[in-house]
Amino acid sequence: MLFIDPHVHMTSRTTDDYEAMRNAGVVAIIEPAFWMGQPRTQVGTFKDYYSHLIGFERFRASQFGIKHYCTIGLNSKEANNEALAEEVMELLPLFVCKEGVVGVGEIGYDDQTAAEDKYYRLQLELAREVNLPVQIHTPHRDKKKGTLRSMEVALEHGLDPSMVIVDHNNEETVQDVLDRGFWAAFTIYPHTKMGNERMTEIVKQYGPERIFINSAADWGISDPLAVPKTAHLMLERGIPAETVQLVTYQNALEAFGQSGQMQESDWLTTTQIDQSQKFSGNSILRGGQTPKIESDATIIR
Amino acid sequence: MRLDDYTSYLSAILAANQTEAGAAWLRKQIEQLHSEKAFYLAFSQVPRFVGKQPLHLTSDQLAEAAQLRAGFNPGLWTVDQAVRTLLLLQVPHHTSTEYSCLLKELFSVADLSELATLYAALPLLPYPESHRERAAEGVRTTMTSVFDAIALNNPYPHDYLPTQAWNQMVLKAVFNARPLHRIYGLDNRRNAALAHMLIDYAHERWAASRALTPEVWRLVGPYLTTDNMPDVERLFQSSNELENQAGALALAESNSPEIKDLLSQHSDIEMKIRNGDFTWQSIGERAYTA
Repeated sequence: MLFIDPHVHMTSRTTDDYEAMRNAGVVAIIEPAFWMGQPRTQVGTFKDYYSHLIGFERFRASQFGIKHYCTIGLNSKEANNEALAEEVMELLPLFVCKEGVVGVGEIGYDDQTAAEDKYYRLQLELAREVNLPVQIHTPHRDKKKGTLRSMEVALEHGLDPSMVIVDHNNEETVQDVLDRGFWAAFTIYPHTKMGNERMTEIVKQYGPERIFINSAADWGISDPLAVPKTAHLMLERGIPAETVQLVTYQNALEAFGQSGQMQESDWLTTTQIDQSQKFSGNSILRGGQTPKIESDATIIR
Repeated sequence: MRLDDYTSYLSAILAANQTEAGAAWLRKQIEQLHSEKAFYLAFSQVPRFVGKQPLHLTSDQLAEAAQLRAGFNPGLWTVDQAVRTLLLLQVPHHTSTEYSCLLKELFSVADLSELATLYAALPLLPYPESHRERAAEGVRTTMTSVFDAIALNNPYPHDYLPTQAWNQMVLKAVFNARPLHRIYGLDNRRNAALAHMLIDYAHERWAASRALTPEVWRLVGPYLTTDNMPDVERLFQSSNELENQAGALALAESNSPEIKDLLSQHSDIEMKIRNGDFTWQSIGERAYTA
């Protein structure tokens, strides 16, 4: 089975992770621009970070046979430094139209302050202007209200819900997101977000339409194999393979493919150009290898 | 003027490699290039409007390229790359400083394929002498596609890199197993310092029982001394045919009569050199197809 992890922060991960992901069948990933764990103080560090996402990280992934895409945006936490946020907003147009940038993200609310609201709205406008999908980070605290507000504001700015991915959903938010026609993404992340047994129950209840999962693996205790592990758990618990394929591959492709920057042929066909880019000293993993997953390590709580 | 020739050449090869929609988009962008923002945006968006397929060039077109600019070889270029280079040639500017500023900005926000395109375009760009530091910086990359764009099939390093930077580039190509025969002007810029570094490197690899491309001996030949006799003997005794050939060619190019003597002891291989049965090119072409 092939998988897409549409939210994973690979700059914080090791080559072991890349190797394990490829062995488990992950063929494409999306890395949203996010908070690095402590606030940046200079606009230059944002610029270098964005250019790292479209440059070196893309190269690093390619060495493991994984196609790397990203979303570009100013995250909600750092929107609270308004002087810096102003400068970052001027940078964004330089990056959002780059090849392989599949959306504006991850943006939205954290503390739900006025500054967060201001830059969220400005970035929604930018996404509309350049016709890119939006990847919304929903807040950890006061989640339900924050999620509803994120969607209301997106609608207020004239965005089509089919172009908006609402991320980090749970049992309490999913119905509202689906009812309004948005994509509902779920993050399988131990302790703080979804566990995969709960995820399995959600898919049983709601079906696969407009639902997909990701790992959001980052610098915290998280699991870059969350997507393949959850797929295996779903199969084990009797969810049909077609449904599993939709929530771990196809739906993410459809949502972010609306950018025009991501298509299956990117990883299914190896072009002549890609081969000339191979790093001769390194072994590159190819498709069709047997997924290597420890059966007892399938569950994430 | 040269830049106009490059522009006409790229426009001509694109004519047969572009869709009508792509061509129309490009015409519109070129009309708007006077605004800086329009230029950056157009540069970024090229692949989504013109595609990324490889250019199909005739042998006449390739010959014309080399005639236009010695070493210019767009044989492995893609359509988006040619279009981006065309934009770089047409963007309005008044001074070398102004043009450098613009390039600096492009480099600082470039994605992987934009970086490769920018480095591959250096030999065609205006004010070529002002891009030396940029080229040396490019050589420091760890991204293979970017390194290849500057080091392989690109005449800029041969024409403009100072010796130290050139030597670093060649060493790094050896280190990363990039095909040396695709470095333009490789033989022309052989030098003693590079040869000594490569001999040291060969000893290091041998000590670690690691493989070494036989192409390194291409850079060493003219600088072989009697001290290197054991190295050459080792090549002759190798079970790898390409190493035997490399040893023989290096000997043939040696400037030391004592060393050259060694070759006459291997008359069979000497004959093959005379017959042109193998060359540095043929060794290079076979060396990386493991």
